[in-house]
Amino acid sequence: MQREATHAVAPAVPVPAAKLGMWWFLASEIVTFGGIIVAYLVFRLAHPQWLEEAAHLSVPIATFNTLVLLTSSLTMVLAFAAVDRGDERRVATWLALTVALGLVFVLVKAYEWRHEIAAGRVPGESGFWGFYYGMTGLHALHVLGGVVVNACLLIAALRRRLEPIAHRVEMAGLYWHFVDIVWIFLFPLLYLSTH
Amino acid sequence: MSETSGPQAAHAVHPAPQGFVRRYLFSTDHKVIAKQYLAIALFWAVVGGLSAFLIRWQLAWPGEPVIGSGLLPEAFWDGDSWLAQSLQYGSIPAEFYNKLFTMHGTIMVFFVAMPLLLGALGNFLIPLMVGARDMAFPRLNMLSVWTLAVASVILLISFFVPGGAAASGWTAYPPLSAVPELSEVNWGQNLWLIAVALEFASFLMGGINFLTTTVNLRAPGLSLFRLPIMVWFQCIAAVLFMLSVGPLIAGAVMLLLDRLAGTSFFIPSGGGEPLLWQHLFWFFGHPEVYVIMIPGMAAALEILPVFSRKPLFGYRLIVYATFAAGFLSFIVWAHHMFQSGMDPRLAMPFSITTILISVPFALMVFAMIATLWGGVIRFPTPMLFALGVLGVFIMGGLSGIFNGSAPADIYIHDTYFVVAHFHYTLFAATFFGGFAAIYYWFPKMFGRMLNDTLGKIHFWWTFIAFNATFLPMHLVGLGGMMRRIANPLNYDFLQPLQPLNVWISISAFVLMLGQLVFVVNFFWSLVAGRRAEANPWQANTLEWSTASPPPHHNFDTIPTVYRGPYEYSPPGVAEDWLPQHRPLVGGPAATA
Amino acid sequence: MLRWLPESVSTFSGDIDALIRLIYYTVGAWFVLTFAVILIFLVRYRYRPGRRAVYLPGNTLAQSAWVLVPGLVVLLLDIGIDIYGERVWEAVKLHQPPAAVQVRVTGKQFAWEVLYPGPDGRFGTADDRQLNGELHVPVHQVVHVTLGAEDVIHSFFLPHLRLKQDALPGRQLTVWFEATVPGTYPLVCAELCGTGHTGMFGRLIVHTPEDYQAWVKAQWPSS
Repeated sequence: MQREATHAVAPAVPVPAAKLGMWWFLASEIVTFGGIIVAYLVFRLAHPQWLEEAAHLSVPIATFNTLVLLTSSLTMVLAFAAVDRGDERRVATWLALTVALGLVFVLVKAYEWRHEIAAGRVPGESGFWGFYYGMTGLHALHVLGGVVVNACLLIAALRRRLEPIAHRVEMAGLYWHFVDIVWIFLFPLLYLSTH
Repeated sequence: MSETSGPQAAHAVHPAPQGFVRRYLFSTDHKVIAKQYLAIALFWAVVGGLSAFLIRWQLAWPGEPVIGSGLLPEAFWDGDSWLAQSLQYGSIPAEFYNKLFTMHGTIMVFFVAMPLLLGALGNFLIPLMVGARDMAFPRLNMLSVWTLAVASVILLISFFVPGGAAASGWTAYPPLSAVPELSEVNWGQNLWLIAVALEFASFLMGGINFLTTTVNLRAPGLSLFRLPIMVWFQCIAAVLFMLSVGPLIAGAVMLLLDRLAGTSFFIPSGGGEPLLWQHLFWFFGHPEVYVIMIPGMAAALEILPVFSRKPLFGYRLIVYATFAAGFLSFIVWAHHMFQSGMDPRLAMPFSITTILISVPFALMVFAMIATLWGGVIRFPTPMLFALGVLGVFIMGGLSGIFNGSAPADIYIHDTYFVVAHFHYTLFAATFFGGFAAIYYWFPKMFGRMLNDTLGKIHFWWTFIAFNATFLPMHLVGLGGMMRRIANPLNYDFLQPLQPLNVWISISAFVLMLGQLVFVVNFFWSLVAGRRAEANPWQANTLEWSTASPPPHHNFDTIPTVYRGPYEYSPPGVAEDWLPQHRPLVGGPAATA
Repeated sequence: MLRWLPESVSTFSGDIDALIRLIYYTVGAWFVLTFAVILIFLVRYRYRPGRRAVYLPGNTLAQSAWVLVPGLVVLLLDIGIDIYGERVWEAVKLHQPPAAVQVRVTGKQFAWEVLYPGPDGRFGTADDRQLNGELHVPVHQVVHVTLGAEDVIHSFFLPHLRLKQDALPGRQLTVWFEATVPGTYPLVCAELCGTGHTGMFGRLIVHTPEDYQAWVKAQWPSS
């Protein structure tokens, strides 16, 4: 209308609302995991004897699981790339692989837990095991949540109904990579720092 | 989140849903959701007020049967109903007293202040003030209010499980809160943790909505520094909450594991560290009090310019000062822990940051006072309550200096001085700020005016009774009376303070009684109040540019914004106001 | 207002009171000043027909100086209070003079247990003596209290000595005081510790030197 009018037209930041919301959500997730990780580090430094307890954990199994989760991040990216190309069949394939790998991760985790518990290393055994079960449990719940979300998208893709909600694959991907990154922190902190 | 593929989609007009359930229960309309938050807050305010009544009864007349309990027959008190079990023949045993103040704090902070100041005000005002049709994520918004409803039900149930409600204070310090045998509360504390964690989840969702809506859905021309202070402050509060609550969510999970899975994060006998909880709690807890206070202050900052017919003094300065206060609030938490046994060398750095935080808040107060200077001030009810925020908050800020100084805190810590202090700050925000907001935005929310005479009676009653209650409480604290003791008469050195305790309790009862004036006014005006025009206060911000109450889609056409929100009495304009959306034809452009 | 403070009977209680007094007069002055200004503005600038408000957005530096300068004064006063407070904190919590008397005080639900090392001055020997809720000390002597807790967090609070310290389970903390006036004073728990919290208290008995010797004699007659 006139000069004083509309030099700043909303939205000022060209980020889609869903992505912006997802970033805010992940910011709050970062401080949640950050809080528990910092608490763990402080305890760990104060208790050198946790070294021996951490030595009970199986590094090969966890390494395998790390590879599983990293691969699932790759398949997630490929699913997103397929969304960009509009190739719904490929989206379904990559999403199915992501879901499967997520489930493998959780099952391996469950096997590990069973093994530790059978050996008497229950959550109340010591501070280390409290943190071990607390941190990996919280993380596994996040993996499960991601698996459920990805499975919903997979079903939509299989029924050829993904088109209107295709942008959600990117949101699910952001979340999935975040869960992956958390594991990248947990893996060395719990399994590898035994020397 | 499909409704959010772009601002155009969110700006599309949807017809209002028909049918009671979609319209009032599972509504995605931010205005309805705001009313749902308001209803939850008012419900809990009654419960919180009742617990305050019992607390003050016990402190004035320890062990005496509560007034009215004699009306129930002896047989009732012999019975095993919940009430008969909680009160022993009408008088309050220590174990129930501990539950009362625990739940009073929990309810007032998490279930009254936050739903009222963030849930109701933020939800109602942000889309209207930024000129949007609704929130960015309307269904997430509905999910957040229903999560709060579930949290409310769980908290309510916790009163009635065997062992009763939580009794370890709203701060839930372990080991008392971590080992059921120590507090003699079992499921009450578990449910407390679950309810509070759900409440956090609810407000995280709300915060995501606040921020995304403000960033993405602003009307054309509404640049960041043309946003009303209320929108700024809601967003700053949302950021503070988001960045601080995570560690406490982790802490709540850990505490629940300590209680249920046999871990020992916080239990020293198993190698845990009780102070860890205090760090996690207060790292959240201090930003949290600003999460509450900032929107309460914002209500006053919105109202003062309108009834002084003057621009808000130092708009940008206020925004920057609040950013500074928000930032500082992350590095002051240990001032709650000066006597906790943490390394005493840490106390002075935290004391310094704490006392420094008075500077941004002082700037805010001075800006409010400067807004009054040279104005044309009228005193309708919203203005009275806004001035109430100012006055009460000054008092609360000043008494905070005592607490913030680590050596003075040696004596004052955990006494009633602290209780008086945080009621001066949080009561100022929640009730004076909340009432100011309700009296001011009620016409927009419900399309009718609240009665101004009843409003003025309500204000003076509340203001006088509030000060009569909490001013002497400082003295009780200086006299050395500890918080959370069920019976001050047990202590010889507290005997001389007892008349003061009686006075405080009577004043508190008067204060509660005064709220009936508001209840009557609220419901009477809802049905029979004078119909409100679109802009009864001649205010500038966008919410007043649409009808009262606004239609389902808020604005028939999305307004275009030409200037800042506080252009009152601008030069070159005949009226003493200039709405944000009104184009100015010719003459000097009064931009801000 | 400050006359509500209990009698002050330790070497550092006067310092803490002085700090409280300093803050009291500082904030009291601000209180009077700000409320006077607010009231003057509200009366002077109340609505009168035909008057137009001053257009003053306060966005320029010259205008915001009206706010920034008082803010600066607040900052300077803050720094003053901090500097004064630092000295007091140093004296009470950081610097511990050598002990003449040592005791261990342990909080448990819901009592204070006081353990004396006996004439040999060492804990864990046969002549240790435990008292329930009674802390006997000589006047004008530095007393070290080693605090601990059995179950939950308690807070060791001696109002008349202006001394407060939380007692943590699993940790020993040492606080000190030197009483200046003989007499009997309350020793209470200031941290919520459970259902019996309100009944958790004991006494601090500050003896004159002769009385204290007599009390020691009565407790450990053999030595």
